[in-house]
Amino acid sequence: MQLELTPSDAAFRDRMREAFTTLVPQEIRDTVLEGRHLTRDQIVESQRALNAEGLAVPHWPSEWGGQDWTDLQRHLWHEEMQRAGVPIPLAFNASMIGPVIAQFGTEEQKKRFLPDTANLDIWWSQGFSEPDAGSDLASLRTSAVRDGDDWVVNGQKTWTTLGQHGDWIFTLVRTDPEVKKQAGISMLLIDMTTPGVEVRPIELIDGGHEVNEVWFSDVRVPGDLLVGDTGEGWTIAKFLLGNERVGVAPVGATKRALATVKADAGELMDDPIVRARVAELENDLLALELTALRVVAHSSDGAPHPASSVLKLRGTELQQAVSELALDLAGPGSLGARAGDDSPLAGWARRSAPTYLNLRKASIYGGSNEIQRQIISRTILGL
Amino acid sequence: MDFTYDDEQQALREAVRGLLATTYADHDRRRRTVAEDPGFDRDLWGRLAEMGILGLPFSEDHGGVGAGPVEIAIVCQELGRVLAPEPFLAGVVHAGGLVAALGSPEQKADLLGRLSAGEIVLAVADTCPGGRWAAQADGVRASVSDATWTLDGVADPVVGGDAADVLIVTAALPDDAGTGVFVVAAADVVRTGYAAADLTRAASVRFDGSAATPLGEPGRDLTPSIATISDLTRIMGANQALGVMQSQVRATTDYLKSRKQFGVTLNTFQSLTFRAADMYVSLELAHSMVDFATMTIGGGDREAVADAADRVGLQIARAGRHIGQEAIQLHGGIAMTAEYAVGVGTAHLEVLDQWLGNGHHHLSRLAGRVTDHDLVEALS
Repeated sequence: MQLELTPSDAAFRDRMREAFTTLVPQEIRDTVLEGRHLTRDQIVESQRALNAEGLAVPHWPSEWGGQDWTDLQRHLWHEEMQRAGVPIPLAFNASMIGPVIAQFGTEEQKKRFLPDTANLDIWWSQGFSEPDAGSDLASLRTSAVRDGDDWVVNGQKTWTTLGQHGDWIFTLVRTDPEVKKQAGISMLLIDMTTPGVEVRPIELIDGGHEVNEVWFSDVRVPGDLLVGDTGEGWTIAKFLLGNERVGVAPVGATKRALATVKADAGELMDDPIVRARVAELENDLLALELTALRVVAHSSDGAPHPASSVLKLRGTELQQAVSELALDLAGPGSLGARAGDDSPLAGWARRSAPTYLNLRKASIYGGSNEIQRQIISRTILGL
Repeated sequence: MDFTYDDEQQALREAVRGLLATTYADHDRRRRTVAEDPGFDRDLWGRLAEMGILGLPFSEDHGGVGAGPVEIAIVCQELGRVLAPEPFLAGVVHAGGLVAALGSPEQKADLLGRLSAGEIVLAVADTCPGGRWAAQADGVRASVSDATWTLDGVADPVVGGDAADVLIVTAALPDDAGTGVFVVAAADVVRTGYAAADLTRAASVRFDGSAATPLGEPGRDLTPSIATISDLTRIMGANQALGVMQSQVRATTDYLKSRKQFGVTLNTFQSLTFRAADMYVSLELAHSMVDFATMTIGGGDREAVADAADRVGLQIARAGRHIGQEAIQLHGGIAMTAEYAVGVGTAHLEVLDQWLGNGHHHLSRLAGRVTDHDLVEALS
């Protein structure tokens, strides 16, 4: 047992810290650190800057831009990125479809998509959830019917995050309604400019436009855009959702957010109750970070460490708890949620209520916290 | 950075676990042991001495083994798993720790040699009635006349004090010169033993002109060293609590799988399995913090150890309340009985926390320092 990083890992961390604070423009990093919204162009600019230095997709196979780092190195990469306020490379590209195409795609698909995916020349959207298929994803109904070499897709996806920016969408579709529901699912890549694809915004409780419905009406998709075999979609989806050991919990970003709350709080930090709440949260975050380190230090290639569910569950709870604290400190200032930037109310206070409301999503997406409890009780405790 | 035990540490854990299993394989044996004097098993204590466990923290010059914090932590975890009442934490880690830190070479050779050999039991008297985890003594006062020291006052609770042969006592020095540490023979005090809520033993100790020998250089204020040894003991106590909670989570999941009500096993009720999942979350987070605090000791930085003691103290208090309460609730009435280990474990968790520093205390200290830093670093 040893707490210190090895000299080479410490040097690696220093290299990351240096890179992230120099590669990405200060304005973009300030936007992240202050919890303001990034534009599409800012997200693209940041990812391209990282990709140029091999820092956008280090976990991919090395022939497609990966770095063959250890899990600990990837953890350090991820933490330092959050600490510097660098936007995490777009998850749909870097963490989801990229690794899927690298694992299940044809050589043609890899050549066609992976470089553009790493560089965010293609912006991917995720087409998994449907109105009647949330946590029970396997009951999805969007259909794809073979017609010659093509597939014809009909149905509706929902909760498509940032779909308004999407160039392409990776979808789970039902290609065989006759078999067991998991076995009838396939993955199709769909160009969002294809006739019959329609993106409709969903307004959320925070007033933002973050997610969308995506409708498919007789959308014709060439057969070479099927990933893997027909009926392999469920296997691919499980790979996509379960292959992460690093970055499961937003530790660095939440630590940063709490530090920002402390700085914004000013003389409210003289209140012993506020101090106690902050101290308790800092301690909880330390325990979470140490658990993340235990997971990455112990995991070997293959199955995710079972404690990953602990990280997701606790990480999202703490992310939410920090936003609650900010809202309480903002007090009446939080009522200015939709006041303009010329408001005399402090920006952090005006953002606190929308942020609090927005982060309710964290315990719902990516496998709700109830799903995580189910994983822990079944897989780890054998209940 | 590494959170795993090496082969020797793994072997130590197996050996200690094996030895403890010979005595405390079932809870009934623990029950009978604490019901009789001296409140722990003398045979087991002797075998722990033979195995070198009682001398684990001390240098080989003084009859010890010279092991590091990880090895001591392993022993504490194993003791916690079976709720062993042997006074390792109070007598070896805390009292022995004070002697090792402050004693003269002769005192170390004598006291630590006999402690390691299992010939004497030590206890620390550092708390006055109503006292709350202060390194400064205020219940016992030291006096000196012609280089002869005596103590007056009351210390209570003195954990493990009823069976101790030698007491290590913190006492206020004359002329407000701070706090000193003294060695006092049990024969020179008046003491009343009693059992705490977990049935481990403590004592009320009255000093009435009791003969005392200063530990180390006479008359020096030793408050910082006393605080550091308390911090180390706090961290080792957290290891012991971790062992208790591991057993409680295991017992609870086993029970949910086997206990039937309404014709089905309890694990068919999601309202129960989800709560067990939350217990596991608390356990793993506490485990990470306990390992962190244990490793911090190895770094040797006094302030870092003090901070780690507060952090693990808070974490273990929160986890102990959660797991200790839920373990009883998910078992139902059976865990309310003294013959079942789970509820006694909950009592033991409370005794450890209230003895060594509870969540309120550690949170209060952390809150006092909260504006001293921007954010808390896990990796230095």
